[in-house]
Amino acid sequence: MSAATVASARQRAGAVIDHVVRRFGPRVVLDHLSLTIAEEELVVLLGPSGCGKTTLLRLLTGLDRPDGGTVEVPVRRAIVFQGDRLLPWQRALPNVALGLSGPDARQRASAALAEVGLAGRERAWPKELSGGEAQRVALARALVSEPELVLLDEPFAALDAITRLRMHNLVRALRRQHHAAMLLVTHDVDEAITLADRIVVMSQGRIAASHPVPLSAAEREAGAAREDLRAALLADLGLANQL
Amino acid sequence: MMQVNPGPIAAAGIATASSRAADAPMTGTPPPMLSPTTYGLAPAQGREVFLASDARRVSAVSRWRKRLSWPLGIYTTPVAILITWQVLAEAGLLSPTAAPAPTVIARTGWQLWQQGVLGPDLEISLVHRAALGLLLGLGAGIVTGVIGGLLRSGENLFNGIVQILNTIPILAILPVMIVWFGIDELPKVLIIAFGAFVPMYLNLFAAIRSVDQRLVEMARTTGAGRWRLVTRVMFPGALPGFLVGLRFSLAFSILGLVAAETLNANSGIGFLITNGQTYMQPDQVWLGLVIYAILGLLADQFVRLLQRVLLRWRPGYEAA
Repeated sequence: MSAATVASARQRAGAVIDHVVRRFGPRVVLDHLSLTIAEEELVVLLGPSGCGKTTLLRLLTGLDRPDGGTVEVPVRRAIVFQGDRLLPWQRALPNVALGLSGPDARQRASAALAEVGLAGRERAWPKELSGGEAQRVALARALVSEPELVLLDEPFAALDAITRLRMHNLVRALRRQHHAAMLLVTHDVDEAITLADRIVVMSQGRIAASHPVPLSAAEREAGAAREDLRAALLADLGLANQL
Repeated sequence: MMQVNPGPIAAAGIATASSRAADAPMTGTPPPMLSPTTYGLAPAQGREVFLASDARRVSAVSRWRKRLSWPLGIYTTPVAILITWQVLAEAGLLSPTAAPAPTVIARTGWQLWQQGVLGPDLEISLVHRAALGLLLGLGAGIVTGVIGGLLRSGENLFNGIVQILNTIPILAILPVMIVWFGIDELPKVLIIAFGAFVPMYLNLFAAIRSVDQRLVEMARTTGAGRWRLVTRVMFPGALPGFLVGLRFSLAFSILGLVAAETLNANSGIGFLITNGQTYMQPDQVWLGLVIYAILGLLADQFVRLLQRVLLRWRPGYEAA
């Protein structure tokens, strides 16, 4: 990527990752990886487990620092982790309002809970919530700060299939409300096709392939375009022979 | 009754298989579904049947059963011992000098109270010594525990010295205290404070360090500030460990109280005991012991109550 394109991309990008390196001892997990996420774009990062997806996400949150290259992200960003990571000693509302301050914090948190379909559950303890409900509270906690970049680290992996479909609908609905760039990490090909504007496949510490998904909601459910994309993705993941 | 017993389940598989073998050739129905009649006629060995029933009535019944089965709760064993003790004493099986009956001890307590002896002694022991020492010890333990838990420099400052103090028994420092501070109230208060300080520091330090790092990480990503991180994540997360420390602190400070008062005192519960010993009044000695025992019990119940109130959020706290 030339300097000029990087500069122009930054002005409108949700995130710019430029030749990032991350090592754990002798093991190179991210090997000069570059990825740009456009404003309001939903990019799905696909890859087998252990390929460095979560490592990349942690760099984007700022929890870890790269060993080389640059990561540029908006200050207003939020992450939804694989587990709900709710504070068990706080009820739902203060959990959502954890990062908020100001007199309207409670109203905003309450509105965020309503947005994920949990109006009226403000006073529930995390132990009283089901897995899907807890994950929705975590989603509300991420969205309540009106982030420009939302990072989702396999947020639905631990949920059952039906709850996961509901969560997909919720994510689509929330995208219409919030104009944020999103990076969703998953190892589920179908989830990727359902949600993505663009699917990037990670392999050996780099982005191995990038597939735009210009499909309608119906085309994502079934059809030749979907099957072609699915086959291409499986091939990228090295699973083509096992179909 | 939440336990799952694997026995009947395994047995159920065998039972179903054999009943299928018996039924299937006759009726020709597909085996996986059990027909309602089979179900009704043979509640069968190797199976468990769970029925829906009137929830409110069941809960009322079980509540009564719970109340009747253990009406005294954890006091069951102490009360049983007291009753046995009383019966054995009345039957003349226990010598009155070795172990006077509980009623005799109680009567002695009442008499001493009326003579105006017990009241001041209690006040001196509990308020002037135990409460003051606890306040000092817990205060120091909490302040240093929080600093040591939150800051690396705090750990370097306090951890070594408290680990050293932890290996020194309370009774061993008593002579040093007397040499340094005489036989006044000060060494007694300091002994109690010492007993409370060490377990509070150690437990609080460990509790703060073992707060779930995933939650700390999460709080950082929400943009919560340092103060909020400490008050909303670190402190509540360390609370269970803090309560364990409090329980040990109370127990050790009572131990310190007994040690300090027994060695030299001219007032207080320890004095009551040495006095009883000197003048051959075993019931008075026993009264002192009983008061110490009740203090220990009250301390434990106090921490239990705190746990019940403060740890409501914990899954399964009702069982605690």
